[in-house]
Amino acid sequence: MHKLGWLRVPLIGTYAFLYIPIAVLVVMSFNASKNPFTWTGFSTQWYSALFNNDLIRQGFVNTMIVAVGATILATILGTLLAIGVARYFRSTVVEAYSLAPAIIPDLVLAIGLLAFFSLIGVTLSLFSVLLAHVVFGMAFVAAVVIARIGQTDSSLEEASRDLGASAFTTFFRITLPSLAPGIIAGALLVFTLSLDEFVVTYFTNGPTTPTLPIVIYSMVRFGVTPEINALAALLLLVSFTIVISAQRITRLTDSV
Amino acid sequence: MTLETPLLTITGVSKAYGDVVALDNVSLNIRQNEFFALLGPSGCGKTTLLRSIAGFEDPDVGSISILGPDSSTPINLLALPPNKRPVNLMFQSYALFPHMNVRKNIMYGLQREGLSKEEIAQRVEEVLVTTGLTDKASVRPAQLSGGQRQRVALARAIVKRPRLLLLDEPLSALDRKVRAEMQIELKRLQHEVGITFVVVTHDQEEAMSMADRIAVMHEGRVQQIADPVTLYAQPANVFVADFIGSGSLLHGTASESSFSAYGSTFPCHNPDHISGGAVLVLRPEDVRVTGVTSTDNPLLVGTIIETHFYGGSSSTSVRVPEVEDVIVASHPGAPQHHVGDQVGLSWDPQTAVLLQVHP
Amino acid sequence: MSTTTPTSGRGAARRRALIGRTVFAGPGLIYITAFMAIPVLLVLVYSFFQRGRFGGIVWEFTFDNYVRAFEPVYIQVFSNSLVIAGTTTLLALLIGYPTAYAIAKLPARWRTVALVMVVLPFWTNFLIRTYAWIILLNSEGPINSSLVDAGIISAPIGLLYTPGAVIVGLVYAYLPLVILPVYASIERLDRQLVEAAGNLGASRARAFFDVTLPLTLPGVMIGAIFVFVPSLGNFVVPELLGGGKTVMVGNLIRDQFLEARDWPFGAVLALFVISLLVILFAMQAAISRRINGTGKRMSSRA
Repeated sequence: MHKLGWLRVPLIGTYAFLYIPIAVLVVMSFNASKNPFTWTGFSTQWYSALFNNDLIRQGFVNTMIVAVGATILATILGTLLAIGVARYFRSTVVEAYSLAPAIIPDLVLAIGLLAFFSLIGVTLSLFSVLLAHVVFGMAFVAAVVIARIGQTDSSLEEASRDLGASAFTTFFRITLPSLAPGIIAGALLVFTLSLDEFVVTYFTNGPTTPTLPIVIYSMVRFGVTPEINALAALLLLVSFTIVISAQRITRLTDSV
Repeated sequence: MTLETPLLTITGVSKAYGDVVALDNVSLNIRQNEFFALLGPSGCGKTTLLRSIAGFEDPDVGSISILGPDSSTPINLLALPPNKRPVNLMFQSYALFPHMNVRKNIMYGLQREGLSKEEIAQRVEEVLVTTGLTDKASVRPAQLSGGQRQRVALARAIVKRPRLLLLDEPLSALDRKVRAEMQIELKRLQHEVGITFVVVTHDQEEAMSMADRIAVMHEGRVQQIADPVTLYAQPANVFVADFIGSGSLLHGTASESSFSAYGSTFPCHNPDHISGGAVLVLRPEDVRVTGVTSTDNPLLVGTIIETHFYGGSSSTSVRVPEVEDVIVASHPGAPQHHVGDQVGLSWDPQTAVLLQVHP
Repeated sequence: MSTTTPTSGRGAARRRALIGRTVFAGPGLIYITAFMAIPVLLVLVYSFFQRGRFGGIVWEFTFDNYVRAFEPVYIQVFSNSLVIAGTTTLLALLIGYPTAYAIAKLPARWRTVALVMVVLPFWTNFLIRTYAWIILLNSEGPINSSLVDAGIISAPIGLLYTPGAVIVGLVYAYLPLVILPVYASIERLDRQLVEAAGNLGASRARAFFDVTLPLTLPGVMIGAIFVFVPSLGNFVVPELLGGGKTVMVGNLIRDQFLEARDWPFGAVLALFVISLLVILFAMQAAISRRINGTGKRMSSRA
């Protein structure tokens, strides 16, 4: 650390900038007062209010339905896509095309899908949200798995074939297990992204099935309420848990 | 020449990637139980040939066949997918499955054959003993040293008891000291398991020290197939002479019993009756450094530009005017001369090989 | 013996590649085509047609939507957006580059922790992160009250609902997207190059400006694009922190699609964002090609 010198200033400054707002939210979620700016005492009332809020509960259920569905579909499609692109195409154009949904601005994807769904007559619902989440989720899984394929010895599969395994056995006993850390990391990535996705959901969702981010949006737009602080603290906990476990899983499956 | 039928017969195999010709009408035979090496600089086609035998490249034309288990009917290898060929490949990277421990890696190939549990267990234990890996059986590849990984790769291949074991640059991933040990180890194992080995290497010392026979390849063609001593003493062409061992080449013209170059004429041994453009190959151990007086009767005169002392022997590099190659002479003991000395060079006409240069 | 048995070599390899492509990449590529390529093309197509009276499209070809984008009101929004997104990008780089540089100088075991710490806030809900700044910047919020307590200002000042608030919110939202690529390019930089510069007589600062900075420019560009483009298209931060007073392209697009129901004009605005993205990526590619020498070449095995 002593070698850093003046570089300590931006380092500490950045972490303060990143974490002070989050810390303020979490602290204020335990505030007894309804006024979110002045601390009057410790209380967990906003958490109980949160659990009794039907809109939030419904939003949470809808979010989970979409996130779980999108994660499963995007992981399967994205893994296959990554193998196809990295092993059989070896073309930068096809690779760029496969990763494009992850790079394209969310607003552009959102309005495109809205126009497309209305053109082909798909009623906006959780299902259309799911279709939309799969498209960018798949690209993120593909990106992570392609990177993993790049680090994997390409002769593993040939070795398996050489030792007498069929193409089928090789895929399930060698290809998938050796890519597992990437696939798991990709799946967790999609799950988190889908959980938090607002813009694409906002444009492709029907009016009766709000997801949690949509509920949050309408609450925040309405004004400040300590319930949001409590929700923020809980969501932080969920996101942090997923990110940290993703880190651990990839590290665990990688070494040893 | 033996009359025995070769184990592997490669006939007229060619392979091109677009405009790049990787294999150009390659034909060769590999005998039962021999240690055969495919030697050549990178890009010479040796790896493509090896991968064609294993089934990972499809030749454009030609045939590759192996003797069947009853040693009579040949099997057409090219008609079989890689997993059905009675041939195993040890990969340059070893390709050990990172998510399986040593025992599981070795078992993998036997399980694919559908053998009984008892037989698999017995054969795995045997091979663990042969390769000295018994105490590493439940360790994952990531925790092994380079030499140990190589043993696992070898064990995984030989436990299948292939008719032919292909090894792609088996020692290139090891550091020098381990490499020397593994050279001996490979040779010992080959004897012990009685499997025919085909090794691909770019390292001529490695090939010379291990192989019974060597095929030298260059630009997709086989240049010469011979045992190491013949390759060194009787290279078939200039490429082989230059690639195998060290030596200096003199470019000139040959007639019935003499060789003219750089305005001089030397006596030479010309058993093949070469005439016209030719190259005389001088091996360092055949070149003598002499004085320059007429009693010394030197064949060439030059200036010493470098001397090296290796402990038991030394080498002297001499620059002769007009000769492109520096001529190197080696001799036992310490260097006898100093850099800058004018010296004469001579050799026994019987030992210098004369080769035809094809225009 | 000249057996030239024609094996199916070339054909078999091609067939295998085709099967692999179809089985593995096929479903994904079809999905992306259906749910990204066609929708985006649809936006392009819509931009040339007229709006329906109650939303939707009337299939009459026109350039009017493009002409309309040049009206002073919209030019004002464009320039406003460019200034705000540009300032955001500049600030994010000024904060992000030294941070990435400092992280790269940390001991190896701390580096991963430091990077995860940078990314972690990014994985929390974007709306909630923005909401945090409503509290912080509020006239009764902690920043104002501590400034008053410290006696720096006598009465709370209006921080929220200003362009400054929008910029702070955008920097906060996208800062990790600058730090990561910049860090990656610093990490990849051969340290010996900097040492060589020092050895040849360059001061530390000289070596940084002559060697480190130019060589990490591709990473800086990537980071800049990752901040600039989403800032331009963001409609949540201007709405929540700008209080609707700061209108950016993103807000305009959202309104055309969801409120004004003028999809063709919204499409034109969206194409503006996409073409900026494409131009910026092309610039990035050109810069990194110049720095890394010629482009990659396909290698063939022999």
